[in-house]
Amino acid sequence: MIKTCVTAKVIKQHPLAGDVFQLTVAVPAIAAVSRPGQFVHLRLTETFDPLLRRPFSIADCDAGQGTLTLIYRVVGRGTRLMAGLQSGDSLDCMGPLGNGFALNSQRPLLIGGGMGLAPLLMLARAFCSRPATILMGGRNEQELFWPGIYAGICQNIHITTDDGSVGQRGFTVDLLPGLLKQGEFDGIYACGPHAMLKGVAATAAQYRIACQVSLEEYMACGVGACLSCTCAAAGGKRHKVCTDGPVFRAEEVVW
Amino acid sequence: MKTPVLTASGTFGFGLEYSDFVDLNQVGAIVVKGTTLASRAGNSGRRMAETPAGMLNSIGLENPGVEELITKILPELAHYQVPVIVNISGNTVEEYGELAARLDQSGAAGLEVNISCPNVKQGGIAFGTCPESAAGVVKAVKARTKLPVIVKLSPNVTDIVLMAKAVEAAGADAISLINTLLGMAIDIQTWRPVLGNTVGGLSGPAVKPVAVRMVWQVAQAVRVPVIGMGGIMTAADAIEFMLAGASAVAVGTANFVNPLAAVAVAEGIRDYLAERGLPQVGALVGQVNRKQGG
Repeated sequence: MIKTCVTAKVIKQHPLAGDVFQLTVAVPAIAAVSRPGQFVHLRLTETFDPLLRRPFSIADCDAGQGTLTLIYRVVGRGTRLMAGLQSGDSLDCMGPLGNGFALNSQRPLLIGGGMGLAPLLMLARAFCSRPATILMGGRNEQELFWPGIYAGICQNIHITTDDGSVGQRGFTVDLLPGLLKQGEFDGIYACGPHAMLKGVAATAAQYRIACQVSLEEYMACGVGACLSCTCAAAGGKRHKVCTDGPVFRAEEVVW
Repeated sequence: MKTPVLTASGTFGFGLEYSDFVDLNQVGAIVVKGTTLASRAGNSGRRMAETPAGMLNSIGLENPGVEELITKILPELAHYQVPVIVNISGNTVEEYGELAARLDQSGAAGLEVNISCPNVKQGGIAFGTCPESAAGVVKAVKARTKLPVIVKLSPNVTDIVLMAKAVEAAGADAISLINTLLGMAIDIQTWRPVLGNTVGGLSGPAVKPVAVRMVWQVAQAVRVPVIGMGGIMTAADAIEFMLAGASAVAVGTANFVNPLAAVAVAEGIRDYLAERGLPQVGALVGQVNRKQGG
């Protein structure tokens, strides 16, 4: 796999909703080899405060145009700086990093919670010839701007919100058994909060459906050197989320 | 060494992790991650937090153990023309000696004795904060290997010079400093410590002034070479350490920010020497001018 550390040019940036932004950068060397589920590690400033790079899942990739699209929420100093980037600005981009999703399902069900819906977008496009269904969850209607993004990419869109302001009230995991009972799906691809993934993994195991999960952990190096981002694995071992993942088979993770 | 710039233990993995991004042959030496006799899973919970111009970590010496290092990793590193220094850590004096013996004929270029890891309950810092214990470890290691022995000191002590003199007297061939400073961060929303281990080691630019001061103090007190580290991000930082008394430097946290940091620091030092017509880094070592107003 070709990995590189290069300058990326900002093509455009716009707010999607509230504190969520969509950033498109030109970085042909990385766009040419990126796969769904992989991530990039960005350095936003020449100064050392904030100090570390920030990992972002690749939400979309256009190898022909040489662009990557990232969808992110402003949560701290790094992402606040990122939200200030404008067309023509540059940033330092390492990638593509990590292992992506295995596209081995014929009837895939995608499940995303909150910003976990970002990496599933590129995955949904990769599945475009197959009838992908997506189950998406968020806290409320304001957070659920995703159906518009996924419209035309996924065949069916199921929605849950914590407050019931759109879709069904509850969590994605609540809707899952009903969907799986119909026997339509042969693979689950999930990304979102740890509690959601834990529930999805348990339900998938119950229905004996292959399940891949994309994990998120605090990360420093992004290449498996610092061991900041490890998670518990079977046999008392630990996975490096950055290089063994971020995508794992659900049974590889100790929840 | 081709350059006096090493990569600091724990910040460059085994080097191989960075081989996509940097030519390992251009690094002065790779100091591999802390190695123990048996494999260690390290600490659970969150292991890293960014702080102003720094980072806290509590990895807890996760490593595959010395046997895997010798049989699988060192042979891989042998494909590169770069000296490999193995950082060793034990729970007992005997374990340090055993590690030294096992690594003696392993192809390693030297050992860095870690008596200063703040993130494990046994061993580690317990040896690094008591001169007698530190000396005991160094003697045990020296007795079991012919490799050069570097002793890495902890900054979490009252008198760094006392520690340096103790390990020098015990036979250390060089001294490296500083390891991370013990630190803590608290989440004010949950009122809980941010790190799973509660406390961790602080590194990055935030610690550099402490590290420069300690290198300066130790370099004046010992005759063995001093390897300076702690927040070196640029060649200017490295030169500061050399003026304080370091004969070589190690780049640590900067690797996470820029995989090419160690190479860039080495190039920057070369440029600095050339601009001033200085033949080698030796012309800088310990040359800080203490006179105020020159």
